[in-house]
Amino acid sequence: MNIIVCIKQVPDTETKITIAQSGLDIDRSNISYIVNPYDENAVEEALRIKERLDKGAITVISMGPARVTEALRSCLAMGVDKAIHLKDESFEESDSYGTALILYEAIKKIPYDIILCGRQAMDDDNGAVAIQLAELLNLPHVSLINKIEIDETYCKATVHRKTEDNIEIIECKLPAVFTCHYGLNQPRYASLPGIMKARQKPFQEIDSDSLGLNKKEIGKAGSKLQVIKMEIPSARRAGKILEGEPQDVVKELTRLLREEAGVI
Amino acid sequence: MNKPVLAIAEQREGTLRRITFEVIGEARRLADKLNTELNVTILGFNISSLADILRFHSPDKVLVADSKILENYNSEAYINTLTDVVSKIEPSIVLLGATSIGKDVAPRLAARLKTNLISECISLDINDTLLTAVRPIYGGKTRATVTSNTPKYQIATLRQNIFKPSIENSSKTAILEKIDTEILPENLRVQIKEIIPPPKTVVNLTEARIIVSGGRGMKAPENFKMLEELANILGGALGVSRPVVDAGWVGHEHHVGLTGKIVTPELYIACGISGAIQHQAGMSTSKCIVAINKDPDAPIFKIADYGIVGDLFTIVPLLTEELKKMLRKK
Repeated sequence: MNIIVCIKQVPDTETKITIAQSGLDIDRSNISYIVNPYDENAVEEALRIKERLDKGAITVISMGPARVTEALRSCLAMGVDKAIHLKDESFEESDSYGTALILYEAIKKIPYDIILCGRQAMDDDNGAVAIQLAELLNLPHVSLINKIEIDETYCKATVHRKTEDNIEIIECKLPAVFTCHYGLNQPRYASLPGIMKARQKPFQEIDSDSLGLNKKEIGKAGSKLQVIKMEIPSARRAGKILEGEPQDVVKELTRLLREEAGVI
Repeated sequence: MNKPVLAIAEQREGTLRRITFEVIGEARRLADKLNTELNVTILGFNISSLADILRFHSPDKVLVADSKILENYNSEAYINTLTDVVSKIEPSIVLLGATSIGKDVAPRLAARLKTNLISECISLDINDTLLTAVRPIYGGKTRATVTSNTPKYQIATLRQNIFKPSIENSSKTAILEKIDTEILPENLRVQIKEIIPPPKTVVNLTEARIIVSGGRGMKAPENFKMLEELANILGGALGVSRPVVDAGWVGHEHHVGLTGKIVTPELYIACGISGAIQHQAGMSTSKCIVAINKDPDAPIFKIADYGIVGDLFTIVPLLTEELKKMLRKK
């Protein structure tokens, strides 16, 4: 069983975000990066599948600049077998389709049975790349899974997909792409031996030319969307603090909710 | 004339979701601006009554794909049917709800048509014939305005509870058109085996008009009954912050926040929630926020319209009683 996990390195969700001088991106000068939390769920699930089946190989793959090495290394330290870093200046500013195309060119050349991704990246909050990758690879996909069982004999997976109100139990033929929801598992921390071992594991860098990509289709040149402005939404202003005896405060609150806010 | 705008309706278990009307309302506005037609499409099984409802929401045409295979959302059956619809009418703009269905099918549709996709929009506009949209990113900490580079097949998903819904208009009825689906069940690689509803009837958080939420300050799982009662009085839903889910007090389906649900109710009452940035990412666009917390320095007060510094175990029951009285009078 060959499992591929696609990850993205994103700004730490605790980081304070400010806008760059260009007004078209965030200021990246003082940002610490992490592996996208949902992608960590995907890595963890890949490890668990491999442990359950007691065989297989896991490859983690990510597109991005030099700093992404660190994110890939941390996945190797968690127990992943091999890392692929898709790194090329021409990849920068790709939209979701461009990113999916780059991943597709890399992944179609290697064996896979299951491709796991996070449900969305916590920076651009798009949730599109994994599903678009499935389309390009002509694979079925199921998004938002919080449980997965593999049936090797019949080459299928049974997954639970968590929607707004239901859980859908879905059977999906393999190979397939799944996007992982928070709640699927609790990602493990890398152990010290894991970190030591990570240094010896295969780590491959691949650029645009070796993927045979048309540079007009990827990066900024290929992007079908253009950011024209980025801004911090005007902060909500703190409103009234109601003071006094609990009885009176509650009366005043219900009055305000009805008369001033008009919400009840 | 410009190519039509296409709104994709959403039904589940034979009921139209509220987002459908929000999508149609916005699609109508854009179609008028482009001086073009509005088409609405609906997929499902035995849905003629739903199609009839849609006819009275001012589209020019309703395209109906009615087939057993489309009864429940199946990613493969839906994507194939929608590709047929889109190829047939060649819309300039396609709008869907940013729901578990819209966000699942839209990326695939965009990739198949090799076009762009703008997810989770909170505002849309047209510049010449190009779609411009505002969307929250970085968990709502930032907003990006993006524009499409091509006037063909511009696909966008709309965040729920933001756009003004369409209203029924009996004076103008649309024509109905049938879409044939020739998908064989055995050809689908994805099969829905079972749909499990939530343990009890909970109001869908993302559609709820009022949410009463509890955090770590609720102290114990049994105390959430108090919030449920308040929510019931208001016809609202129960929300919680992440520590409550992590502690196993209340299920993840109630989780509001960065890794849970993003909600935009008219009224959000936060009880015993400090208001960590991850929680704010899920609720800070609520229209009116009330915070009840004993810590006057809790960050939640910085974004609350009305704050009460005090013991929620005293305040909440009083508030429930007061609202009971008030709503009874009405």
